[in-house]
Amino acid sequence: MRGIIRYSSYLPHWKLPREEIRTFFGTGGGSGTRSVAGHDEDTTTMAVEALRPLLYKTQPSNSATSQSPKSSDWHSYVGAVDDVYFSTTNPAYLDKTNASAIHCALSLDTHCGSYDLCGGLRSGIGTLKLALTSTSHNPVLVAISDIRNGLPTSSDESLGGDGACGFLIGEESDNNPVLAELLGSYSISDEFLDRWREPSSSTGKTWEERFGEFRYLEIGTQAFDFACKKFELTPDKIDRLITTGMHTRAVAAVVKKLGVGKEQIENDRSTIVGQCGSAHPAIILCAALEKAKPFETIALLHLADGADVMFFRTTKAVETYRPLKPLDIQINSLEAISYSKFLSWRSMVDLEPPKRPEPSRTSSSAAWRSRQWKYSLDASVDRKTSSVHMPPSRISYDSGSIDDMDLISKSNSRGKIATFTIDRLAYSPSPPIIFAIIDFEDGGRFPVELTDCLPEQVGIGMEVEMTFRKLGTADGINNYFWKGRLVT
Amino acid sequence: MGSHSIADKVAIVSMGCTKFGEHWDKSLDDLIVDACFQAFNEIEINKDAIDAFWLGTAQSGMSGITLARPLQISNKPVTRVENYCTSGSEALRAACYAVASGAYDIAMAVGAEKVKDSGYQGLNAFPIPGDGTQRTLTAAAMFSMVAPAYCNKYGVSLDEMSQVLAHISVKNHANGARNPRAQFQKEITPEIVLGSPRVAGTLGVFDCAGVADGAACAIVVRAQDAFQYTDKPIFIKSLSFAAGSGSGLIDPNYDYTHFPECEKAANDAYNQAGITDPRSQLMMAEVHDCFTPTELVLMEDLGFAPRGSAWKEVLGGTFDLDGELPINPDGGLKSFGHPVGASGLRMMFECWLQLRGQALESRQIVSDRKLAMTHNLGGYPGEMVSFVSIVGKELTA
Repeated sequence: MRGIIRYSSYLPHWKLPREEIRTFFGTGGGSGTRSVAGHDEDTTTMAVEALRPLLYKTQPSNSATSQSPKSSDWHSYVGAVDDVYFSTTNPAYLDKTNASAIHCALSLDTHCGSYDLCGGLRSGIGTLKLALTSTSHNPVLVAISDIRNGLPTSSDESLGGDGACGFLIGEESDNNPVLAELLGSYSISDEFLDRWREPSSSTGKTWEERFGEFRYLEIGTQAFDFACKKFELTPDKIDRLITTGMHTRAVAAVVKKLGVGKEQIENDRSTIVGQCGSAHPAIILCAALEKAKPFETIALLHLADGADVMFFRTTKAVETYRPLKPLDIQINSLEAISYSKFLSWRSMVDLEPPKRPEPSRTSSSAAWRSRQWKYSLDASVDRKTSSVHMPPSRISYDSGSIDDMDLISKSNSRGKIATFTIDRLAYSPSPPIIFAIIDFEDGGRFPVELTDCLPEQVGIGMEVEMTFRKLGTADGINNYFWKGRLVT
Repeated sequence: MGSHSIADKVAIVSMGCTKFGEHWDKSLDDLIVDACFQAFNEIEINKDAIDAFWLGTAQSGMSGITLARPLQISNKPVTRVENYCTSGSEALRAACYAVASGAYDIAMAVGAEKVKDSGYQGLNAFPIPGDGTQRTLTAAAMFSMVAPAYCNKYGVSLDEMSQVLAHISVKNHANGARNPRAQFQKEITPEIVLGSPRVAGTLGVFDCAGVADGAACAIVVRAQDAFQYTDKPIFIKSLSFAAGSGSGLIDPNYDYTHFPECEKAANDAYNQAGITDPRSQLMMAEVHDCFTPTELVLMEDLGFAPRGSAWKEVLGGTFDLDGELPINPDGGLKSFGHPVGASGLRMMFECWLQLRGQALESRQIVSDRKLAMTHNLGGYPGEMVSFVSIVGKELTA
């Protein structure tokens, strides 16, 4: 049986209260919030964060979280992966494959494909379908990640959202049971212009809303009906229905026509999260799986330049796996930022930078040589003394031995803040820089920038975990590396 | 141990030092010429009398040509050295060793830096192509981590620490107010220090060294030749240097309350000079007060106060101009600013003045002690280079 073996959603730390937009401009906004990627996140780093939990070789300790699963609930996947598929409407690079950075940050074997399947708002669901219907020998990893922009006061700005999700998809094995299989899918394509974006622009445009509603209402209901007939399902047999699409009015209209009861409809979380573009249907699928019982039928309908219907059937194993950070836990811990911060993070306003030189561009060859450090956060550990060297060193600082070390990744290690500072002068895309000396529980010291926190929240002794981020961009080259994040 | 003293083999017979400050109207070449001709003119020699030159500059120019061109030195050994903020001290060390070895009769060490042409605040490192994972924090932020760590280890409250650091800043500005070469020549109050805008951690603007352009230089000869040039030479008693391995950044045992490289360099220097109790034997010390917590910790690393006690000694005035051991009587980096390559030789210039009794009367130390010290560091806590010299006004009998 082929299906979903692992899944995980990732929401960034921040949210924007939509009413702040109206307070600022006197127009736009609305009620509720939207999720907001940090200034140091892009769709690549969020994809890494979504996929990391699927590959934990050991479960990170969760002393600070009461919601953490028991270790008996946790199964790690340590097997081989054939391919990594990455999908987004907002790729960090064109031409250069973003999935290869994700592959490297996950410390995956180099004998593995990594592919971007990017562009339209339909590409995420297409990628998921491709992975579920492919014939790969070993499982594949799928990351769908999106950051949605809009011009200030637009509905794209207030109703958009940022988020990602990851899946491990493949054939069932003894240690890795399938949690949900794809019963079948049904798709309709329809060439019409509802929304569009030029490749050079971060914000898109939409046609008059009524026309899109007209098209989606027809093809959405049609796809669902045809799918039900094809797979011999009736609406009452569906335990959970997920409907998504950027045309929220059309989605609402279609749902009413499907004959599915209100209690069967999965909340799309858009009131708090917004619509996370091509990632949204799969993020909500994660939320549905988190609560699903064995042998449930989950239907997913996504409206984007056509309609896609997917029917999933959960297995007996679905309850044996629960993500470390369920979506609703993440939603509850989102922290509000000001609209002015949001605008500067999105480059909608340019703030005066510190009077310090901007960092120079990262050397491609130097970055390649140190890829196990830069992307996998590999430290070298002295085989005799166990002293940890970050970055890896050929010669040990305590034993003096040469080339007698093992590489181990510290990306899943946790540590405590030995001391810290707030740098108000150093260059940063979002000053000030919060910087701490981290001593890892399992050995090693790492002086590192902290993210997803405010200066007043940091103190000596606090627990920190690692997160993959973008330190900055110079000459169009993204400088990816790891930062620390407070464990909450 | 293979470190040997060159005590009493080399003497400084002349020095020069420009005013430090924002020299918008002077180029690096101007500063070099001004400093060097002070030294030449003082002992009435021509530049052609010098056999070999070392220039310390961190990033104002590359190669010996940076010195040879403005001075128009033709076809002589001229070398540029760089070792972070100790570059000027390294130039002196090289010149002294060259003379001590017998390779040259008369050598010159020059330190110079033009910082204010960058258009940015603070000091900025020359970018070297890399993998992008190096820290880009300011020096202020790296050194700011010392203060809370020290408080934590020795049970000092943050309020007490603020008073201690303010005392250091006020003392150095008071000394600088008595020095016409200083960038800042105004006395300040603790309230000004405590009320200044925060730069990094708890450090405010007045906890940080200024940023200035400047140049300083020294001419060295064999000790037995010194009196041919001047009645009052000063003699090199020790030169020591320690470069850390950077292990403080990766070794959890390093606690940010001391600088092992400085302690090592100081102990080596004391051994070379035969000093057993620096606090009672030194007339003064110029130390690298890049930030106020740096000076505090150095009082312990350099052996002037037992571990955990320097903060009380600072408050008690031990290191004030009229205290038991005056520290940075010229005003230090705090009043002079920090033209990176020049600072080490600027420190030596104060020893030169004080040992010869030539400092301005308002800051001249009256003492029967005959030794002075310069301490110069570069880098950051955990990853540092450190230089220490001891000079004296007499040859040991």
